[in-house]
Amino acid sequence: MIAAAGVPLNAIAGVAVVLAWVPGIRRALISLQRAWAGAALGRAVPAGASGPRVLAWLAINTVAGPALLMAVAAVVNTVGVIFYLRPAINSPSVTFTLSLALVTLSALALIIAALMGLAEARLAELLLGDGGPLAQRVRELTASRAAAVDARAAELRRIERDLHDGAQARLISVRMNLGLARNAGDPEQARELIEEAWESAGQALTDLRDLVRGIHPPVLADRGLTGAIEAAVLLCPIPVVTDLALTGRPEPPVESALYFAAAEAVSNVTKHSHATRAWVRLRRTRDGLRLVVGDDGHGGADPAAGSGLRGIAERLSAFDGTLTVQSPPGGPTILTMEVPCAL
Amino acid sequence: MRVVIAEDLALLRDGLTRLLSAHGFEVVEAVDNGPMLLTALVEQTPDVAVIDVRLPPTFTDEGLRTALEARRRRPGLPVLILSQYVEQLYARELLSDRSGGIGYLLKDRIGDVAEFVEAVRRVAAGGTAMDSEVISQLLTRRSRDEPLAELTIREREVLALMAQGLSNLAIATRFGVTDKAIGKHTNNIFAKLGLPPCDDHNRRVMAVLAYLQAGPVSPHPS
Repeated sequence: MIAAAGVPLNAIAGVAVVLAWVPGIRRALISLQRAWAGAALGRAVPAGASGPRVLAWLAINTVAGPALLMAVAAVVNTVGVIFYLRPAINSPSVTFTLSLALVTLSALALIIAALMGLAEARLAELLLGDGGPLAQRVRELTASRAAAVDARAAELRRIERDLHDGAQARLISVRMNLGLARNAGDPEQARELIEEAWESAGQALTDLRDLVRGIHPPVLADRGLTGAIEAAVLLCPIPVVTDLALTGRPEPPVESALYFAAAEAVSNVTKHSHATRAWVRLRRTRDGLRLVVGDDGHGGADPAAGSGLRGIAERLSAFDGTLTVQSPPGGPTILTMEVPCAL
Repeated sequence: MRVVIAEDLALLRDGLTRLLSAHGFEVVEAVDNGPMLLTALVEQTPDVAVIDVRLPPTFTDEGLRTALEARRRRPGLPVLILSQYVEQLYARELLSDRSGGIGYLLKDRIGDVAEFVEAVRRVAAGGTAMDSEVISQLLTRRSRDEPLAELTIREREVLALMAQGLSNLAIATRFGVTDKAIGKHTNNIFAKLGLPPCDDHNRRVMAVLAYLQAGPVSPHPS
């Protein structure tokens, strides 16, 4: 009935829509239309329309509104004609035929009105709403892709800076010292310069090693996710029980994201929780992998507060993964990371 | 002393061959991949092998796996693994057969020629040569396990140097004390770690293993 009642309303709105090319009126009209469409469809129509869609809605209504008004007028006219015909030819059969026509027409009008109302509501949802679950998904993906691209760009900048200030600078100094040594007249001085060059070369190697470990830990390439997690927990100052069941290897980017997430989670345990023991569990789920890191520390981990947890969430979101944090005050803390992937 | 070298980068392979030859080693074979290394180790049975951890065809820890496989077939075959990075996991696996003759060093250490050559000789003689990086990673672990927690600070220091492969005499020189004093420390360490009396060499390896938190590890994951 709400939908049916919408037709005359929309007919009026259709005329008013001409006024709606004025922005202020348009906004009011749009929110009214969304509220009505929501009531008619029995589901909320959230705001989220973009310029072109609103324009399309305006254009359709500018034509459809008056057309609807004309349709209402036509129905009223037809009824008028029927009533006009009645006294002219007065016989029971004619009265019966006309009555039947009247009833049929009313029923048809009601059905069409209801259908038109629903169509109008769907149109409003389509053009004025946020686009439904699919559009919601597109927005999520756009956001996570942007985050991934940002993170990648930041990572590349960091690598560039590390190389520039680290290994590159040290190799320049190596070359400088060797150049000086080549031209040094005094053997003792040459020996000192070579010694310095030797030191710098060693430092360059250390810098490069640290850098490589941050980009892609060699042990991850060697031993896969389970081996790399085992290696990471060996560096943890508290005992960590691992229970890692994984057959096959996920895609390298997923593997890397999960590894860094696990490493970050384990290092968080030692940094913040005052835990005496921790555990890491890796399992296959129906459509991917679930990694759970828990500890018996004092809890109170807040994903909104720490950059570490946010980093994990961002890393995982690039692969549609999620991070769930359970950390009541007093502990324990349980981080659940889930990533869909083919295995 | 007969040595087999496995390194896939020609530049480093030639460098190592030259370096070891110059210090009185006889390089019987220098190979560049895992399968050839295994054949060389089993057929030549060298006094010591110097092996890059990452080798073709897999370009993963092929060198380490091959070394462990060779030691399964020729128990106690001395191997020195070189790597661009150290992993405690690998140190543990290397030491887990408890028969000594194990080295695990960063490639950087080759630059310190005298010390490197000394490490190769030590491994050949059945000793250990753990990179100081492995040890320093461990020192951050504080009181993770109880037997080690019972060691005094000085005993931990001695154990750390023992893990690097230093003899009592060498450790004594480091600390400026007599080697008898160090002997007392090492005996205390053995006792606290519950190592049964057997020959000193083997006990040193086992103490280092305890230090590396080896526990009952499988020789190698399949």
